[in-house]
Amino acid sequence: MNSVILQLAAKYLKWLFIVFAVLALIRGHNSPGGGFIGGLMAGLAIVYNGFAYDTFRIKERLQNFPEWLIAGGLFVIVLSFFPSLLLGETIMSGVWLKISLPLVGELKLGSPLLFDIGVFFTVIGVTLMFIFSLTQKR
Amino acid sequence: MQYILLLFLISSLAIFILPGWLKKQKALVLSAVQVVAFVYFAARIPEITTAEAKYIFLEWIPALGLNFEFLLDGLTMVFALLVTGIGALIFLYAKAYMKSYEGTDKFYLYLMLFSAAMLGLVLSANLIQLFIFWELTSFLSYFLISFFHEKESARKAAFQSLYITGFGGLAMLAGIILLGSVVDSYSLQDWINGAESIRQSNFYLPGLLLILLGVFTKSAQFPFHFWLPGAMQAPAPVSSYLHSATMVKAGVFLLARLSPVLGGTNEWIYIISLIGVITMLTGSYFAITQTDLKGILAYTTINALGVLVLLLGINTSESIKAAMLFLFIHAFYKATLFMVAGLIEKKTGTRELSKLGGLVKYMPFTFVIALLALLSMAGLPPLLGFLGKELIYEAKVQSPGIASLVLILGVTSNVFMVAVSLFFARKVFLGKPNTFGKTPNEKGAAFLIGPGILVLLSLVLGLFPGNLGTAVIKPALGVVSSEMIDVKLKLWHGFNQVLFLSLLTVFLGVVLYWAMLKKKKLLETWRKVNSVIFSIELDEVFAWVMNKFVQVAQFKTKIVQHGYHRYYILTIFVFTSLLLWFQVFVIRSWEFDLSFSLNPFYISGLAVVILGAAITSAVSRSRIVTIISMGVAGYGISLIFMYYSAIDLAITQILVETLTLVMFMAILQKLPRFAVLSSKRTRLRDFFIALSFGSVMTILAIKAVNVNLNPTISDFFVENSYNKAFGENVVNVILVDFRALDTLGEVTVLTIAATGVFLLLKTKNKKL
Repeated sequence: MNSVILQLAAKYLKWLFIVFAVLALIRGHNSPGGGFIGGLMAGLAIVYNGFAYDTFRIKERLQNFPEWLIAGGLFVIVLSFFPSLLLGETIMSGVWLKISLPLVGELKLGSPLLFDIGVFFTVIGVTLMFIFSLTQKR
Repeated sequence: MQYILLLFLISSLAIFILPGWLKKQKALVLSAVQVVAFVYFAARIPEITTAEAKYIFLEWIPALGLNFEFLLDGLTMVFALLVTGIGALIFLYAKAYMKSYEGTDKFYLYLMLFSAAMLGLVLSANLIQLFIFWELTSFLSYFLISFFHEKESARKAAFQSLYITGFGGLAMLAGIILLGSVVDSYSLQDWINGAESIRQSNFYLPGLLLILLGVFTKSAQFPFHFWLPGAMQAPAPVSSYLHSATMVKAGVFLLARLSPVLGGTNEWIYIISLIGVITMLTGSYFAITQTDLKGILAYTTINALGVLVLLLGINTSESIKAAMLFLFIHAFYKATLFMVAGLIEKKTGTRELSKLGGLVKYMPFTFVIALLALLSMAGLPPLLGFLGKELIYEAKVQSPGIASLVLILGVTSNVFMVAVSLFFARKVFLGKPNTFGKTPNEKGAAFLIGPGILVLLSLVLGLFPGNLGTAVIKPALGVVSSEMIDVKLKLWHGFNQVLFLSLLTVFLGVVLYWAMLKKKKLLETWRKVNSVIFSIELDEVFAWVMNKFVQVAQFKTKIVQHGYHRYYILTIFVFTSLLLWFQVFVIRSWEFDLSFSLNPFYISGLAVVILGAAITSAVSRSRIVTIISMGVAGYGISLIFMYYSAIDLAITQILVETLTLVMFMAILQKLPRFAVLSSKRTRLRDFFIALSFGSVMTILAIKAVNVNLNPTISDFFVENSYNKAFGENVVNVILVDFRALDTLGEVTVLTIAATGVFLLLKTKNKKL
């Protein structure tokens, strides 16, 4: 496919998608969103970009990007187990850190957020892997 | 004692990283480790004679009732001394024997690991732990038998022994679990305490039979004995260590170990004695007609194992005493003879009886050693073997009920043993010297140290058996028959029935020997008769069974794994819907409340749209239309989610739907045009399957509203979402906190699926 309009749109919309995806990830704990939804959105953003240009070229450029995303995501998930483990609690129970910042106000950082970030990256990787595998040239 | 095990493990691996000069002497290093262990155990003999067993408990998986329990009592001591003592001599012998072979590092690794496993086995006071060590010995035996793996016969024999002992081991595990369920523990102490309830439970007989299956396969009892002669493909140190002195005695050890728990019943006495007697006769009978040195020794080992099992089956304190003594006797002479056979093979290049002869001229020391060992095997004074035979006869005389039969068969088998021993000595060492490729010699002290020490022990302990009796046999007896009896061993028992039996045995044995030697035809005809009567070789039966087994497996695989993806999916759908239908009828799910409202009107409108889209996708002949209408149905459903304020669900549905569309589009480009349309019958079949699956899912979905299995669970999530997990979005909190493990599983499944797709398409690409 070679459409200038689509390509130009993809160039900017891609980043918009990704920003929304990250937003969905961060606000997920209190409002609709979360790692899975965010991951799908970000994944689709890249796929969209790929369709506008040439999927195969994008894939060449990204190399083993999906594999790394999956591995990294799973790694982050495993990382999120450690806070509770180190505190001697049951594994996977949430551990929260409250920080008050001057402008933002009180910020709650927790191991579930880390877990969600891991899910986010894994889902992006899986989406890309599916699409790239299916659209490769024969 | 757990440190001894650890030491064995470490040293077995350490031989790979030894510095060069020490690596050349690795056999000596390992031999030294064995000596250390031997001294450790020997130094503890005084402790066990006071009946105070040393017990160590280490937690392993307490939640499953699995713990490391080690016990050093009289019975363990007998085996520990044999394993480490003979082990030390074997490694010394192996140094000379294995010199000319490749891959000795591997060999010593296996042998040392075996020795650790065997030691762990006899030290175990927990039956699951014992099973693990038991299987490890089978496993290492496999590697050791197949050491000359370039020979097909060695590989075959190794497999055979692994299959048979592995099969028995699994049966034994089932038996252990069965009996363990009676007392709800696998700890030996609990079994002994609960012996009465185990013996009276319904599980006693099946449990006993299963455990005996393990014992009989490991200790090469009839009809499983045939793996032992096959195992003679192993290098001589292995035959000597595993297949005569230690591993094959593991079954005997387990019988002795469990005798206080399971022993004494009629089932125990008759089953075990019967198998023991048959094995004893089989072994000695076939030993005579063997032409291979190690073959003779293998069958005499089977005979000895039969004797041991019989003695434990008789289960009187007299017979157990004889069994404990015979363990030592047999290990001493048989390990010696195997080492001598290995030496002869090395120096002359053959193990065939017909090609050997007159070796006394070249190997005088070997002759003396072998002669003494053979005399011990024949049970002649003043060697330890004589003492053992006397005790065994005594035990048989006093065996309850079946004494006369057991006695007659026992004498018969011993007559064969005497004849075999004399024949062995005469054929190999005396007579006319044969011509060998190079003149045999007995250079290499390492060859003779081991056999020499063992034979010396046979002789010295035969003359002065007192200490062996009080220090080692008595505590062992105390453990097995749980009564402390004074054990007074002496060579001369006075003129009595037993001595008469001994004299009779020797007389008949010598007569048989003369007959075999003078009438050359006798052996020939004997062999012929054997091959006619026993034309069905158990060996071949086993091969046939294994062959059939593989064939059945192949047949089954062909049917189940046909390789057509559509039929896999069809199978899954049919079975799932059948199971669900069954469940629907069982819990009477068709009685549900249909009072759901279709308000407001646009929800009803949406439902109509979804339905229309679904039907379109089913009947359309264009792929694009099909996929797009499926998308319409999916987006419609997400709108319904939205209306009922399940925002997260709606978003996810939209995204997944989009992704699915994209994927379908990607695939569509590559598909060929419709070529062959499915036949009407196929489509009808698919229609019914789809209808069945779809309707059952619908019923379940409607029913789900009415069935609230656990009302507190969703309330719990709603209540605690903010308080405990600091999140207002309950769905997300469930995903990442309350049910994080599920999410982890899902993400992992996604990863696996992606990897699968990736690999599937990648390999396909390579082929094209």
